[in-house]
Amino acid sequence: MERQTTTGRVVRVMLLTLVGLFFLFPIFWVLLMSFQTNQDILRIPPSIFFEPTLGNYKALISGRLESTAGVLEIRFMNNLMNSVILAVSSVALSLLLGIPAAYAFARFKFRLGEDIAFTLLSFRFAPPLLVLLPLAIYFQQMGLIDTYIGLIWVYQLITLPLILWIVRGYFEDISEDIEHAYRLDGNGWFKTFLHIAIPLAKPGIAAATLLSFIFAWNNFVFALILASADKQPVTVGALAFVTASGIQYGQIAASIVLSVTPTLLLALYAQRYLVEGLSLGAVKG
Amino acid sequence: MATLTLDSVSKVYKAARGKPVLAVDAVDMAVADGEIIGLLGSSGCGKTSTLRMIAGFEDVTSGHIEVGGRMIDNLLPAERNIAMAFEGYALYPPLRVRDNIGFALLRDRQPRAEVKRQVEEIAELLEIVPALDRYPPTISAGQQQRTSLARALIRKADVFLLDEPMSQLEPQLRAVLRARIKDWLITRKMTTVFVTHDQTEAIALADRIAVMEEGVLQQFASPDELKERPANLFVASFIGEPPMNLFEARVDRSRSGLGLAVLDAGGRPAFELRFPAEIAGLADGARVHLGMRPHRLRLGDRAGAVQGIVTSHSWLGDQTHVGVEIGGTECIIVAEGEVPARLGAQIAVEVPLRAVHLFDAEDGRALFHGAEAAS
Repeated sequence: MERQTTTGRVVRVMLLTLVGLFFLFPIFWVLLMSFQTNQDILRIPPSIFFEPTLGNYKALISGRLESTAGVLEIRFMNNLMNSVILAVSSVALSLLLGIPAAYAFARFKFRLGEDIAFTLLSFRFAPPLLVLLPLAIYFQQMGLIDTYIGLIWVYQLITLPLILWIVRGYFEDISEDIEHAYRLDGNGWFKTFLHIAIPLAKPGIAAATLLSFIFAWNNFVFALILASADKQPVTVGALAFVTASGIQYGQIAASIVLSVTPTLLLALYAQRYLVEGLSLGAVKG
Repeated sequence: MATLTLDSVSKVYKAARGKPVLAVDAVDMAVADGEIIGLLGSSGCGKTSTLRMIAGFEDVTSGHIEVGGRMIDNLLPAERNIAMAFEGYALYPPLRVRDNIGFALLRDRQPRAEVKRQVEEIAELLEIVPALDRYPPTISAGQQQRTSLARALIRKADVFLLDEPMSQLEPQLRAVLRARIKDWLITRKMTTVFVTHDQTEAIALADRIAVMEEGVLQQFASPDELKERPANLFVASFIGEPPMNLFEARVDRSRSGLGLAVLDAGGRPAFELRFPAEIAGLADGARVHLGMRPHRLRLGDRAGAVQGIVTSHSWLGDQTHVGVEIGGTECIIVAEGEVPARLGAQIAVEVPLRAVHLFDAEDGRALFHGAEAAS
């Protein structure tokens, strides 16, 4: 261990606190806002002392937004459900397709292999807005517009390349001889893939899953154009809080808290595997 | 536990760009049941490719491999009944050393108590008992290598392949384990092919050694044979420590017996050797490579000795390596015991016929071995 002077330690703690405050303050402030009425939020100067209210959450969950202009129907819970369905199924489909593909790209040399891998990555180069209009027209003709299947399909543009390229790198880092040893012990290649390659690449798969889930969850523009109200995720649904009688900051804050929660829980859960990945780095002798 | 036959096995690696690489060129090898074979050669000579083709990780480009009379070159690795210890160890990281070693036995549903007994037996043999309950990433490279070796040796396979099995071990331990492993292989009649670039290890462990260079099997013979009757110049210069002394020479048959006019690097005459024995087949005036084993040369002023000057002198504790300059050429002589020779002193070197090997100047194939004529 390196020995530290007292001043060094104090400076360290101060700097860490500063960085922590800088990153965590917005989240903390949003959390406070979600328990405030619009009047409290808009008061000048702002104060962290207020009478907490659950009104924002109640409005979101009941779907009835009461404002000065009257009662407004919102479908926030429905949007949240859509987000979960879209993000979970897109990531699941991408894992199903992407992990075997990543393994193939990492292990086997085949004609046009590199080109195919690069093409898949290039899906992320083009701005989504560029492909959106033709896509909307095709989807209209194919009857895929405003369907979960259509959206999940389009979401593959976001999630599949990410999973493919991250997991491929992890597969390439696994010594091929571990798989060879397992095969000599009397196992076929599919069992080797299942019992050796996937468990050893688990940290990479966890990282890729988390990242692609976040990207899918946060997607806005695909869902805005290709889905109507009853299929839209929270990102698009939040537009409803910009009402004729003003912007409902309290409800927006509450909806942010609710919509960040699943991603946060997933990140906390996946962290275990991410750390495990660091310790498994010592496989090579 | 079975025979192994390689029938003109070749391996060509196709490069994405550029010419295909011929890594293994028509190798023929017949390994008897229970025989221990060493594959010896410098890096990139095709020895590991050969091993991997036997294991089934590389396709055979042409030729056939048989184990116990069974053609295996189209079988999956899992179907070949071959055990292998990998150069990079390739241990299963989430399993303890104990389970790594017993993996194949547990998979075959052998009783746990029996597997435990066998694992402990081989762990004791290879001195890894203290590491048994630890995980591979937490033990030393030497222990990992022995674990990998144990995982292969515990199996009941037809053929055992060991890729650089002892490269990470310290010299003392290596010497001890070499003897124990040899004993283990012989008592169980395990057909074994191991790859090494350490010729001491190959000579100590193998019944026969296959010397490879540039994908070609140069010679496949017993260690004795390799030393006494190297098939060509490469084998002669590769086998032996210190390496064979090599000179350019011209055959001189103008008088009776065999005369050799040794040339220096510039092609000028350096010194002459003359042997009374009648040897057939070498034409007068033929250009040859002359090889002389350092262990077979002697210091001493008997008839026919050549005179030289001592240029280096190293006492290794049991023998002395003396470097001698003879007429502009350098030569190493290994003498038993300590030799009281000063640098720059005159010294006489005896060249017995047994020390002499002659190779064709063009293609390097062996023409004559002194040991054959002398015996």
